[in-house]
Amino acid sequence: MKQTSSEKWFDTCNTIMLILVCIVMLYPVLFVFGRSVMTDLDRAAHPFAIWPTVLDMSGYKYVFSSGSYIANAYMITILRTLAGTFCSMLFTAALAFALSNRDYPLRNAFTLLIAFTMWFGGGLIPLFLLVKSLGLYNHFAVLILPGLISAWNMLILRNFFMQIPTGIIESARMDGANDLVIFLRIILPLSSAALATISLFYAVGHWNSWFDAMIYIHDRDLWPMQVFLREIIHNANLNDMIRSDAVVEISPPAQSVIMATIVVTTVPILCVYPFLQRYFVKGITVGSIKG
Amino acid sequence: MNTIAAPNTKRSIGSVRRKTLTWIWKYRYLHLLALPCMLYFLIFKYIPMYGIIIAFKDYKGIGGFEGIISSDWAGFKNFHMFFDSIYFWRLMRNTLMLSLYLLIFAFPAPIILALLINEARGMWFKKAVQSISYMPHFLSWVVCAGLVLQLLTPTGGPVNALMEMMGKEPIAFTSDPGYFRTILVLTNIWKEVGWGTIIYLAAMASIDPELYEASTMDGAKKWHKMLYITLPGIKEIVAIMLILSMGNILDGHFEQVFNLYSPAVYEVADNFDTYVYRIGLVEAKFAYSAAVGLFKSVVALVLVVLANRAAKRLGSDGLW
Repeated sequence: MKQTSSEKWFDTCNTIMLILVCIVMLYPVLFVFGRSVMTDLDRAAHPFAIWPTVLDMSGYKYVFSSGSYIANAYMITILRTLAGTFCSMLFTAALAFALSNRDYPLRNAFTLLIAFTMWFGGGLIPLFLLVKSLGLYNHFAVLILPGLISAWNMLILRNFFMQIPTGIIESARMDGANDLVIFLRIILPLSSAALATISLFYAVGHWNSWFDAMIYIHDRDLWPMQVFLREIIHNANLNDMIRSDAVVEISPPAQSVIMATIVVTTVPILCVYPFLQRYFVKGITVGSIKG
Repeated sequence: MNTIAAPNTKRSIGSVRRKTLTWIWKYRYLHLLALPCMLYFLIFKYIPMYGIIIAFKDYKGIGGFEGIISSDWAGFKNFHMFFDSIYFWRLMRNTLMLSLYLLIFAFPAPIILALLINEARGMWFKKAVQSISYMPHFLSWVVCAGLVLQLLTPTGGPVNALMEMMGKEPIAFTSDPGYFRTILVLTNIWKEVGWGTIIYLAAMASIDPELYEASTMDGAKKWHKMLYITLPGIKEIVAIMLILSMGNILDGHFEQVFNLYSPAVYEVADNFDTYVYRIGLVEAKFAYSAAVGLFKSVVALVLVVLANRAAKRLGSDGLW
């Protein structure tokens, strides 16, 4: 196909605009990444630079020194992500399987009860008081239990289970398999891709979540990374905190600590999201969840 | 049903019981899987829903959740208190202004970006642009707020450095009420514009390629096709998305606002969600803030249902 010069011009303009969009998207992230390994002097001298002239790793040394608040918070985040994703998947898959069975007499009632919670909820205050009354306040389990099953994820998984040909299930039942065996031996192995997707949904959610920990967890030792990051971003007395947390001999500059914390919080997500995006895309475009 | 309506003799009671038992037994494994999960919904969704009655009570802040039930009824006192305070109009104004700005500036952004991406030359380039523009969506607002504050800080931030180079005074953007809404709109676009293109790109991919071929025969240029084929091709989905976002007009964008605001900008930043949090959990006025929250979520529910119904009429699957 022959291109006229005006069409070439159109393509060039379009490419330039898209490259500009990419720069705008990347600059804030690269800015913080690059400047997390700069010295205060370097940062002041080059306000736009994203490449250090001298490498200064003191921020990371502090963040990763064992016993620092941040290293501890990182462990909590990893723990909650692993444990939370595992528990959520266990319950979500079980419920999705039960509700994918067209003969199950409670199917419609349960689905309706669950769907209603997507539209209306008790709100912040009653849930907060309930959590306190249940003795979950300031307990690690509070990071997992109140968000155990996402109605949205459950319905997506249920729809996936419903697409599995019933013939396979029927023939297994003929061979004497009960529902539990069908679930564990047939449905789960056939849905590994969908299960992986939903697990990643939960994992990213746990990694990024902060509000629950902020309101329910009082002890600093139980804070996950995001809450800690929030705290040091908004804490004007960060230098005092770093000094009191004497795990390194020379206190690193506050700026380096903030930026290094942002980087270590962000890197795992940046590593995972390119694999996630196509599933998320599928979920959005196919994800109509009719009952 | 029939057995229940049958004469109430011993025999039929027995058969009902037996039927119930066989029914429970027949689906025992499904019950085993489903019931613990439904217990979760009961405890963490439906019991808090019952706890909403706190909005109509004179809760003294003691006794946890059980205290809600044992405290005295207060009628609409908490609601009157809210409607009579200066906060009602302030929160309403801030919520609606932010939603309006987002509707004007943030709503069209992904449509424009999708049109550009759709015209991108080369599969590799297209994929790369998409991946890069989705990236901020996966970062938490805590991280995004960290990035924004680093960029905008008056002490050594690049934006202020640029202004100094142009001979202007540095500005503390995030604590200046005059700039705060602009920051919210811009950061919202930055974070969600790429993600928002997905639905439009999917709609563009389903436009009949013959339309493009026919118009090429007729000598149509690329931007003609963009304006007269691609754009009309997605107009239904644009209308649906517009209606759905109008249903969310009371959404306070809590995570975003909460991580960016400070007392200096409460006057323009505070909305229902941030207010409920501050009054409820920081100042511990539980009943009052629950009333504010209930007011907001009931109105929001009505708006979402209406919007969803309107969108369905346009042929969308809606939220269901």
